Amino acid sequence: MASLKLIQLWNKKSTSFYRSLFRRNLTSATSISDKASFPGYKGEFSTELQFIYPENNSQIQCYRVMNRKGNIIDPSHEPQFDHKTLLNMYTYMNLLAKFDIIMYEAQRQGRISFYMQNHGETAAQIGSAAALDSQDLIYAQYRESGVLMYRGFTIQQFCDQIYGNSNSSCKGKQMPVHYGSKEFNFVTISSPLATQIPQAVGSAYAYKRKQNGLCVITYFGEGAASEGDAHAAMNFASVFDVPLIFFCRNNGYAISTPVKEQYRGDGIAARGPAYGIVTIRVDGNDLFAVYNATRAARQIAIKESRPVLIEAMTYRLGHHSTSDDSTAYRSVDEINLWEKGDNPMNRFRNYLFRKGILNEKIEEELTEEHRKMIMESITKSERTKNMKPTEMFLDVFDRPSQSLLKQQNEFLDHLKQNKEHYPLDTYEKL
Amino acid sequence: MNIAAKKLFKSVNVLVFKSSKNGLHVTKVAPSTVQMTVRDALNSAIDEELARDQKVILIGEEVAKYDGAYKVSKGLFAKYGETRVIDTPISEMGFTGIAVGAAMAGLKPVCEFMTFNFSMQAIDQVVNSAAKTYYMSAGQVSVPIVFRGPNGSALGVAAQHSQCFAAWYSHVPGLKVVSPYSSEDAKGLLKAAIRDPNPVVCLENEIMYGVSFPMSQEALSSDYVIPIGKAKIERPGKHITLIGHSRAVQFCLEAAAEMEKMGVECEVLNLRTLRPLDEEAIINSIKKTNHLVTVEQGWPQYGVGAEIIAKIMESEAFNYLDAPIYRVSGADVPLAYAKSLESNSLPTAQNVIKSIKKSLNIN
Repeated sequence: MASLKLIQLWNKKSTSFYRSLFRRNLTSATSISDKASFPGYKGEFSTELQFIYPENNSQIQCYRVMNRKGNIIDPSHEPQFDHKTLLNMYTYMNLLAKFDIIMYEAQRQGRISFYMQNHGETAAQIGSAAALDSQDLIYAQYRESGVLMYRGFTIQQFCDQIYGNSNSSCKGKQMPVHYGSKEFNFVTISSPLATQIPQAVGSAYAYKRKQNGLCVITYFGEGAASEGDAHAAMNFASVFDVPLIFFCRNNGYAISTPVKEQYRGDGIAARGPAYGIVTIRVDGNDLFAVYNATRAARQIAIKESRPVLIEAMTYRLGHHSTSDDSTAYRSVDEINLWEKGDNPMNRFRNYLFRKGILNEKIEEELTEEHRKMIMESITKSERTKNMKPTEMFLDVFDRPSQSLLKQQNEFLDHLKQNKEHYPLDTYEKL
Repeated sequence: MNIAAKKLFKSVNVLVFKSSKNGLHVTKVAPSTVQMTVRDALNSAIDEELARDQKVILIGEEVAKYDGAYKVSKGLFAKYGETRVIDTPISEMGFTGIAVGAAMAGLKPVCEFMTFNFSMQAIDQVVNSAAKTYYMSAGQVSVPIVFRGPNGSALGVAAQHSQCFAAWYSHVPGLKVVSPYSSEDAKGLLKAAIRDPNPVVCLENEIMYGVSFPMSQEALSSDYVIPIGKAKIERPGKHITLIGHSRAVQFCLEAAAEMEKMGVECEVLNLRTLRPLDEEAIINSIKKTNHLVTVEQGWPQYGVGAEIIAKIMESEAFNYLDAPIYRVSGADVPLAYAKSLESNSLPTAQNVIKSIKKSLNIN
């Protein structure tokens, strides 16, 4: 009863209130001159009971510089690289493509336990890597070998890491493809998806405090973007105003899950503005578009001290990993369509051919040189001794604890007594 | 995390510790003895380390403007500002990940969980990233970080606010775990944790926050650091050893005082650190007393007591035992809310006394 009275009173009050407004502003029945000033919303009121249907919003467009044939669409967007740099970029793409094929085979032959290919996404990798400062910190997912390669990590270093031998950067402690390099400012890759994203925010916060003129970039797939970490990271990055680039490789599949089963709405890019993050969607198969976008994003991140989201649209041409056969969930025809119709390397290759920077002869020489380099590196990695077994007790803490030393001593005693049963000659000397 | 639950939780504690919230930082009792609450000891540890090292930051929900859900960070935001004492949006996973990333980039974050129960939201960042990255990167990426906050049961806050995570975090290679009992412990261990280049989990106890302890002149110094990995004999004795950590040390001491009346001299060992465990101190004490009772507030299965017993079985101390070892622990149930159920689920000095008598075969 009491509540009914209240409602009546409210109706009465509001009717006269709106009437008075109407008198004042006859031209607009829906806009109200007094503005909302809630802690969480400051803006206009509306009298329209209107829901937002996201499908009615226009899609975020996809920025590109080259078309699928490698023709520049608007010359003012063509980056001004010298021929050497352009050829260099292609060299990395070619090398990575060759490396992918050979390492995949090496896994199938049982030489290595695991590998992950980059096929189809090398433009997104090389284009973004080229736009960064070599001191910018990278938190990668696992399909960014090209980024690390562009920084200077050699094929020998890649091979040694994959073989986990005594020359490997992680001393045989981290699984293949989970590279890490202090020298190249590339944080050791973490297997649980998306954990790197909030960590990148934390590092960007540290960089912001240092005022070192650098930024942090974190890579992730559209599947990882479904993890809670991704949400927390984007929200926190926005709130903390950190110089960070979120680089999402939307390659169509999270192992077998296609994008249409991964999310609703306009992809990952649509989430950026909702967090208050500057956002762009780019054609991830267009090396120049990725380069321009990343370069501009870097400027915004550092100059304005705020995060930027790049969603690079691409297609995973390879399997998810050597543990996957993607033809179980997508047709060979589909893969071929992308392989032939929208292949980032072919697009860049066409561009270089047209410019006269690349020709079949140079290409053949490059491919042969790369094949040789990779085979030699594999041979060397296979001949390199295993890390000495006592290494397993190190790097748990900055200094081994008493209990670790005790374990190590027990282990050494055991080895001493049973050395004839172990292939100790394949290990580094104890 | 449910905000409503957090707010409720906070208001309960503000009421419980109303007096100390408004109380003095340090109360002088006698010229040479100073009394200090565990809360103030923790506060001074963070304060001193913030002053000592520009790389140290405090990060968490409500740690800055609100002075911490339990007022442990009282006054620090006012003193050091928003670049050193940082409030975050609600997400344990988010701020823990950020703290880990900040540590990887060279800062020394002190990451506060409003309670360790909520750290479950972030345990991937603690275990998979903080604890393992130094190893996985072969020493290339270090994570100098402290995860701290109240752990274990408080009063009337039921199952999701009362769990002890001592066994969980102590299980993980790459983590160090400290668990202070007194104000000296709290200050010295937290300072050591902040200075340590490895990730350290500091398991505090909400009930102990408001308890005052004497602080020695040494402990009042800004250089006071307790070595991680060393236990402390709180009370020497020759008939039986009682081992506890955090609030359980109090039950051991109460039981020891009671047993003294019967002529039984208990040695009380305060573990202080759970990983690395001070095996030497444990073994030496057993060699002296030949009897042992372990006391913890957490669940028994795979717990701290279980680990101590296993370590003894693997050492020469086993040969010195004159009786089986007894464990006193929380009941093997999620903690209930109702007072009657709650108090019956938690160990008390009476339980310890009963176990001592069993071990020594006296009535």
